[in-house]
Amino acid sequence: MEGTGAMMSTDERLAYMAGQILRNFAVKGQEAAIAATVDHIVQFWDPGMKARAVAMLSDPDAALPEDVRAVFARVQKDSAPA
Amino acid sequence: MTFTREKDFGTPEKTGETVSLTIDGQPVSVPAGTSIMRAAAMVDTAIPKLCATDSLESFGSCRMCLVEIEGRKGYPASCTTPVAPDMVVRTETDKLRKLRRGVMELYISDHPLDCLTCSANGDCELQDVAGSVGLRDVRFGYEGASHLDGCKDESNPYFTFDPAKCIVCSRCVRACDEVQGTLALTVDGRGFASKISASQDVGFLPSECVSCGACVQACPTSALIENTVIEKGTPDRAVVTTCAYCGVGCTFRAEMRGQDLVRMVPWKEGKANHGHSCVKGRFAWGYAQHRDRILNPMVRDSVDEPWREVSWDEAIARVASEFRRIQNAYGTRAIGGVTSSRCTNEETFLVQKLIRQGFGNNNVDTCARVCHSPTGYGLKTTFGTSAGTQDFDSVEQADVILVIGANPTDGHPVFGSRIKKRLREGAKLIVVDPRRIDLVRSPHIAAAHHLPLRPGTNVALLTAMAHVIVTEGLVNEAYIRERCDTDAYAEWAAFVSEPARSPEAIEDLTGVPAADLRAAARLYATGGNGAIYYGLGVTEHSQGSSTVMAIANLAMATGNVGRPGTGVNPLRGQNNVQGSCDMGSFPHELPGYRHIADSATRALFEQDWAVTLDPEPGLRINNMLDAATDGTFKGIFIQGEDILQSDPNTTHVAAGLAAMECVVVQDLFLNETARYAHVFLPGSTFLEKDGTFTNAERRIQRVRKVMEPKNGPDGKGYADWEVVQRVAQAMGLDWHYTHPAQIMDEIARLTPAFAGVTYDLLEARGSLQWPVNGAAPEGTPTMHADHFVRGKGLFVVTDYVPTDERTGPRFPLLLTTGRILSQYNVGAQTRRTANEAWHAEDRLEIHPLDAENRGIRDGDWVSLRSRAGETTLRALITERVAPGVVYTTFHHPDTQANVITTDFSDWATNCPEYKVTAVQVAPSNGPSEWQMQYRAQAEQSRRIEPAEPAE
Repeated sequence: MEGTGAMMSTDERLAYMAGQILRNFAVKGQEAAIAATVDHIVQFWDPGMKARAVAMLSDPDAALPEDVRAVFARVQKDSAPA
Repeated sequence: MTFTREKDFGTPEKTGETVSLTIDGQPVSVPAGTSIMRAAAMVDTAIPKLCATDSLESFGSCRMCLVEIEGRKGYPASCTTPVAPDMVVRTETDKLRKLRRGVMELYISDHPLDCLTCSANGDCELQDVAGSVGLRDVRFGYEGASHLDGCKDESNPYFTFDPAKCIVCSRCVRACDEVQGTLALTVDGRGFASKISASQDVGFLPSECVSCGACVQACPTSALIENTVIEKGTPDRAVVTTCAYCGVGCTFRAEMRGQDLVRMVPWKEGKANHGHSCVKGRFAWGYAQHRDRILNPMVRDSVDEPWREVSWDEAIARVASEFRRIQNAYGTRAIGGVTSSRCTNEETFLVQKLIRQGFGNNNVDTCARVCHSPTGYGLKTTFGTSAGTQDFDSVEQADVILVIGANPTDGHPVFGSRIKKRLREGAKLIVVDPRRIDLVRSPHIAAAHHLPLRPGTNVALLTAMAHVIVTEGLVNEAYIRERCDTDAYAEWAAFVSEPARSPEAIEDLTGVPAADLRAAARLYATGGNGAIYYGLGVTEHSQGSSTVMAIANLAMATGNVGRPGTGVNPLRGQNNVQGSCDMGSFPHELPGYRHIADSATRALFEQDWAVTLDPEPGLRINNMLDAATDGTFKGIFIQGEDILQSDPNTTHVAAGLAAMECVVVQDLFLNETARYAHVFLPGSTFLEKDGTFTNAERRIQRVRKVMEPKNGPDGKGYADWEVVQRVAQAMGLDWHYTHPAQIMDEIARLTPAFAGVTYDLLEARGSLQWPVNGAAPEGTPTMHADHFVRGKGLFVVTDYVPTDERTGPRFPLLLTTGRILSQYNVGAQTRRTANEAWHAEDRLEIHPLDAENRGIRDGDWVSLRSRAGETTLRALITERVAPGVVYTTFHHPDTQANVITTDFSDWATNCPEYKVTAVQVAPSNGPSEWQMQYRAQAEQSRRIEPAEPAE
């Protein structure tokens, strides 16, 4: 990832962070990793970050890896009532 | 309190069976092993002494402390003679008086009689003893008196050595050996020519002396004395308070004359430091009176304008109206704040309360984000609480000490000396660090194993240690069955046992020979009490939280948690970083580490504060900066932290700050962050306020006001908590604290771990280690004693995930960062003291091979470039770092090491990955254009418009 760090936009950074959390839970198996990542995001991300993450789901320009997309979709479902 | 020296019992305290004896007709009972001198002192019988002091083992050289013992011949020295049952001792007889007087005559025949003009006049043990033995004449004459006149060593900026005043009692030499463990001093020459010599008689400053002050404290005369005493005279009162530098939390007697601080002397009763100190706490307090201190509130409409000095009322009103304006325009969550780990618990509590209650959101964070946030996450997950498990005294019972990613002799020097003392007594040491830190090998100390791993491979290395422990059957099965979640253990044990996790399999990755790693793992698992101490070399990685959990796993697997001599101990950086975390400085946690989403906890605070709290976690510092760049976060209150210098990727921080409409900085100095501030609120130093700090061993200690705050007219300023209260009041909050004790009462009321803490109890006990509550009314030195706080200890599988920061052809070297003894963090304080004498600039440590490949000589200017930025500094060629690794400190804004560091961070907490940056190093001609511009801009942004003259 040459050039990451200084160059990431906030959306790119959120997707990157979700991917990084997923990678650290990957040893649990994909399903459990996704669930653990969702739980982590619910516990530690502020509402604005969660909203941006969810908004990326319907943004055709957002290039989200499949597992990150699955995480954000679950975040959307979990936070729907609010 | 009027001035008296701390009582000196002459020899150290002992523990043992009680022994009864009689001294001068008085019955005395003391522990076996106690010296007669100490036993006498315990019943207020002061036997004359010169070479004895209770911080040092007895030496028996001065021959002043002779006594008579019934049934024994001769006149034994009371300092070296232990008590015995039914012993009958006489300390004052005609014969003893005659002997002592004779010895004293010899001393004085070689000592100048200039007592009235001597800097130790009134505070000199030699003078006192001459008086107490009734010295009236010196039969040997005074010719020897001034034979060393003119040999003064004034090289150290803080103290002076005058050999003419030296009585060669060796207390300084022994203090350096026994207490500090540097062994820098020796007695050179013989007889009258005997002289204390630093290193090979090179003078104190250039020598190996670390200027801890132990020798000065031990000196019974004015041979070694603080320059401030020479300049100002002896103090007339003393107030005990807590140092505001690192997380060791040394307590000191601030010795004063009026409002003037004469010297800081480490307090013997202090449970964190037991009367020892380092160069920072002991001497580097001059910043508190430095002319750079800003003493008046200031405002400006834009950061291009010069500052305008205003009244406190105007500045406070400005903060309140700007924050409310921003919230009306951009929403409740458009502002936030940063609490300070330099400030007191009470101040930190108030800042997070201001944000949660007054701002109506949870956008609060603290500097622990960039240091030990992974400790919070990791230890809470595995053990159930976010703090070290032991007190510092525990190290005295450790058999194997495992130091990972910490450099205690520089970062936590007073505790570093404790470790060294234990190692000299025979404990074994394992060091896991890319750099050959001083502990690896120094006088009388050698690590059994140094594992110089490649930066960024901590998890792989610790998992391989676990592999050895599990596959070689070295686990403590009984402990695990009784105290840990056994399903989680089984899963973890299976994971670490896989061949891919073996030391041999990861040798290429970590660069650590498998045999060394295996031997170290065996030693930790089987060497007796195993104690782990770790620092930011563990946490400031993309897998910081995983590394903390990997450490916890190792400790649980070997049964090394829950009793003295063992444990998992983060060495916390700032004086009150433990406290600021305890006080609810994280955006997802209320005080006491309770999640904001927990409605029962929230209800407790809502009722007490008469407000509805936001149930959603707030923004972390780096998220605040992102949101600012995106235009959704517009205002910030920063108390005592310099995020522009201390946080990673300076360009990103600067862009975030520049995008805000109201940046409020409360600090002692116009720090780097203040370049982007609109309101500056002058801060108060730790000497100017009351409160408490909590150190790395969870020890809550009092900070006491020794002088009036300088940040106001006529020397009547405000403590930081008072300023926060005024901001809260201006924002409509009903706060009426008149003393920090009331804030602590509120903390205790709302936080179970602090339930029993009061200022009265702190006064009575000196200090308290939380939890302090019904179950532990006197506090808790060792945590998890019977069971883990979370119930069963949780093993967590920690898979090694390599950092995305990779070396490659453009950036072939790995940069790691750290601290040095004489400077402190961003250097705002220490750079404003004479500590500059030791470290006036940041240097780049580079291995001779890497330097030669690039044509770099020692001292050359080099450019240091990463994907994030570029800076220049001078090279220091050393084999302390391995080939492929370079190292620098971050104490000087001119260097701006964080221009280089990237945005990569810990996966769980976003703690920045300061310890791994891919860089290239090349020869350079001097400071880069960027550095020159930065300097110019700094000067521009620090202009202050002179206030209108009063007449």
